[in-house]
Parts: sequence; C-alpha cells; structure tokens
Amino acid sequence: MSHIDKATVAKIARLSRIKIEDDKLEPLAGELNNILGWVEQLEEVNTDNVLPMASVVDVKLRWRTDEVTDGGKRDSVLKNSPNHEYGFFAVPKVIE
Amino acid sequence: MTDLTKLKIAEARDMLANGDITARELTKAHIAAVDGFDALNAYIAKTPEIALKQADAADARIKAGTATGMTGIPIGVKDLYCTKGVHTQACSHILDGFKPEYESTVTQNLWDDGAVMLGKLNMDEFAMGSSNETSFYGPVKNPWRKGEIDTVPGGSSGGSVSSVAGFAAMGATASDTGGSIRQPASFTGTFGFKPTYGRCSRYGMVAFASSLDQAGPITRSVRDGAIMMQSMAGFDPKDTTSVDIAVPDFEAALTGDIRGMKIGIPKEYHMDGMPEEIEALWQKGIAWLKDAGAEIVNISLPHTKYALPTYYIVAPAEASSNLGRYDGVKYGLRETVQGGSLPDMYEATRAAGFGEEVKRRIMIGTYVLSAGYYDAYYLKAQKVRQLIANDFKAAFEKVDAILTPTAPSAAFAFGEKSDDPLAMYLNDVFTVPASLAGLPGSSVPAGLDKDGLPLGLQVLGKAWDEETVFKVSAVLEEAAGFIAEPKIWWR
Repeated sequence: MSHIDKATVAKIARLSRIKIEDDKLEPLAGELNNILGWVEQLEEVNTDNVLPMASVVDVKLRWRTDEVTDGGKRDSVLKNSPNHEYGFFAVPKVIE
Repeated sequence: MTDLTKLKIAEARDMLANGDITARELTKAHIAAVDGFDALNAYIAKTPEIALKQADAADARIKAGTATGMTGIPIGVKDLYCTKGVHTQACSHILDGFKPEYESTVTQNLWDDGAVMLGKLNMDEFAMGSSNETSFYGPVKNPWRKGEIDTVPGGSSGGSVSSVAGFAAMGATASDTGGSIRQPASFTGTFGFKPTYGRCSRYGMVAFASSLDQAGPITRSVRDGAIMMQSMAGFDPKDTTSVDIAVPDFEAALTGDIRGMKIGIPKEYHMDGMPEEIEALWQKGIAWLKDAGAEIVNISLPHTKYALPTYYIVAPAEASSNLGRYDGVKYGLRETVQGGSLPDMYEATRAAGFGEEVKRRIMIGTYVLSAGYYDAYYLKAQKVRQLIANDFKAAFEKVDAILTPTAPSAAFAFGEKSDDPLAMYLNDVFTVPASLAGLPGSSVPAGLDKDGLPLGLQVLGKAWDEETVFKVSAVLEEAAGFIAEPKIWWR
C-alpha cells in the first residue's frame, strides 16, 4: 500500500513528539515497513457494506446531569509535576 | 505447621473464618515469601507496612463477622493500577516517581472487601509485550524452568503470574488488552480470567488501548478466580464504558454440571507449526468435556487469521492517543534541552522515557491515524473487527462456550523472540480475537509439555456470561487434575 522511507519516519516521529536520532531513522523504517506490510493482508477482506465498529459492547452511552461533581484539588493535581510554580505547571518559555 | 503460602484463597478464607489462622499470620508468611522472591524480579515495589495494617483490619473484621471472600487475602497488584501514594508507573521510565493521588476502582473494591496488598508487580512497559521483557525494571523470570534454562513468564502480566505461580501471592490483579492475562497464565500453570469488556471499571488503570483493556485476576484455582473476580467487578460511574448490569455470583456458577452444554471447537485454531503436544492437549480437553456430558460442536470463525493484524492497527492507534499525555509537564520524567523550546522538551522527554517497543507502537499508531492513511488502515481495521465480532456472534447462536488452546507454545527462553516483533506478536494469536470482540475468557492449566512446562486451555463465552466460562473452566480443571508445581529454586 505504501512504503515508509526515512523522510516519512522523521515525519511520524515529529507527529509523535519523539526525538529520533538520524542514524535510527533507516532501521526504524525497516521495522515499521515489516509490521505495516504484514497488517496490509487486511486488504484481502471484503468489507463492503460493513460499518466500522464503534463500540465493542452493545450498550448505549450513559447521560448524566451537567453539573460539577468534583474539583478543588489543585495541590493534588500539581503534586506529581516535575516543575510547578504559583499553582501552575511550569514549562520552558513559550513566548519571547 | 502447613506452609501458609501454598493455600488457595478458598482454603484460607475458610481457615480464617474458623479461626485456624489469622490474617496477620497469613500476611507475615507472604511478606517473607515476597522477600525470598527477589531473584525473579516479580515485585518492583513492596508494601509490607500497608499489608500488615490491612491484615490487622481484616482480623478485626473477621472477628466482627463482616468478612467477605477476599478479607485477609494477600495479593499483588500489577503496576498498571493506580494505588494511592504507592509506586505506579506501568513499568515505564516516563512515569518516574509517580505516586497517584487516587486509587483505581478495581483495587479500591479489593481493599473495601478486606484484601491485603503485598506490593506492585512487574509488567511489560505499558502492557506492551508478551514476555515481560520490555519492562523498564528488567525482565521477570518464570518460576518454571526448562531444565536449567530460565524461561519468560509471558506478558504483559508477567509479575502477576510469576508471583502467584511461585507462592509469593495468593492472587494478583492483571489486565488483558490482547491476551495479557490468559497467555501468561498458560505459561505459568496459573488460572487467568478476563471478563466481558465493561464488567470491571478501568478508572485508575493506566490506559493502553481503551476499547480493549480489561481487568482480571490471576489465581491458583478456578474457584479462587471466581472469588477474586467477584470483588473486582461492578459498575462504576467514573468509567463511561463500565456497564451498569448486575454482577452474578461467580462462585455459585461452579456447579460442575455441564451436561447438555454445547462446546464449540473452531477449526481455524488448528495452526500450522503448532507443537503437536498442544494439539494433543486440546483433543484431551475436548474429551474431558465430552465425558462430563457436554456436546462437542465444530464451528468456524472465518476471520480468525485477520485478528492479529487488526489488533496491531487498533491497539497502537489507541495507544498513540492515550500515551500523548506523557509530555514531561504533569507527572513523571522531564528532559529539557539547553535553550530548547517546549516542543524540544516534549520530544526529549518522550525519547528518553519510552522504551523501543512502546515507541514503535506509538509511531505505528500515529501513522495509521495520520491524514491520508486513516481510512486505509484504521477504518479498515475497525470494519474487520466488526466482522470478527460477528463471527463470534454467529457461533454463539449454536454453542454455549468455545474451547481452544491458550497460546501456540509453552514458555520460551529470554531473547528467543525479542528481536522479532512479528514473532512476538504471534503469541497472542488465540487470545486476540476474543479481546477484539470484548468477550470473557479464561486460561486453565491443563498439562505439561515434554520439557515439563505448563500448557493452558482457553475457554471463551458470550458477552456477560462469565458464569459459563467459570463453570466450564472448573470442569476442565477437575478433569485435568493439574497438581504440578514449579521446583523452588529461588530461595
């Protein structure tokens, strides 16, 4: 169906937000092509008029009243953060 | 005095109720067993203080006459369950230091019933693996050896099965996305049970593939599995996919009576290259159920061979989305680049924090969901998934349960398959189809291979009919008379 080259791996890596060193792109392309080549056997299945599965169990999703049920846990939320200041998550500067 | 660590949950429950032993004694024996189990690397965090506190509370409760089946029972918890204030990393580097501020519903249910936590158990990183070789904390050893050669315990619930098979826990929580309860149970001579999707709450379970993930127990008997499942199951408003239907009495289903029941044997599960002894064990299983009065019916599940490729689109797609939350901001590892931007931090953190298999799956998932490929891969896979579910639906109009082997091989040696992702994926060839269809299933220890390694048989049931799976499993267990134990070499 498609062949993944070095440039495509670099693109997927960027979309995945995973830094991949240049020398790893080629071997990764090989691995991903192997796996994708194998999954492409699905092409031989006739899926005309088949709806894609939306839910594995046959139940209606529940509704609930739109109201606040939880909250006021700022310190708990921040507790595991690698860096937080003044009650906020802290990250490298994003605006000059 | 009897070795308390060799008791089954049902036996310990009765002895606790009769006052023959106390929860404290039982827990202390298990804490010692856990300490003597380090060579297998099954526990990655031990919680003896919590265990003793819970044991004392259990003793008080037993005295007060308010005990349940799990009161005072020492168990291990897979590292994928959030346990408040206790190590929870799904065995990934990227969750370094994470101690949740809340408890998963499944573990809370167990503690509410009086269970005792021995510690957190090793697993494949984010449950991605079939041999427990992808854990950041290193591989887990199977108590069962091939002569003098160490073997893998299966995966991803490797710590769960290893600790239960090796008498370092009476039961353990596990989780199944494509076979992570049943395949390792088969590799270690333990009983593993995966309920219907929606039977257990996923709240507080670290997500891998949300449309597939389900909680379940590992135990040393079918009855023990029923007792533990009873405690874990139940509706939870905190999980939108948890289903609000009554939980039956699983233990009461163990009547031993399967007369007139129809058992399906799917022809597609005869696989080329499968060891003869697995095929032979399957035939034995068929004979056992026939002898017990069941009717054997040949069935066909025509899309079986497409289950694995379907799974390896759907599961990575969901994983790539679920694992997007690990960005070095909210919890866990953070890697910064000198003078770098916020995206640089994300990329450096995720490069350092995820292992190779996890990166591979995130990238596959990102690719199949990306513009231009979504229809060809993801949508196609969801259509084939529907056809796989339809196969089961049609089969269950004719039969009450299905019997197959659990895995196409016994436990293998370390490194034997870890260089070849596709060879590793094949481990789940018999377990993945039912996962894709959301159906309940078990693995029952049924025999040993020529090297003395355990082999399991898989029982599959209709959605919400866990009772039949338990019932048939118990009949198989009784007929197989599996009493073999691993030779204790670790202490």
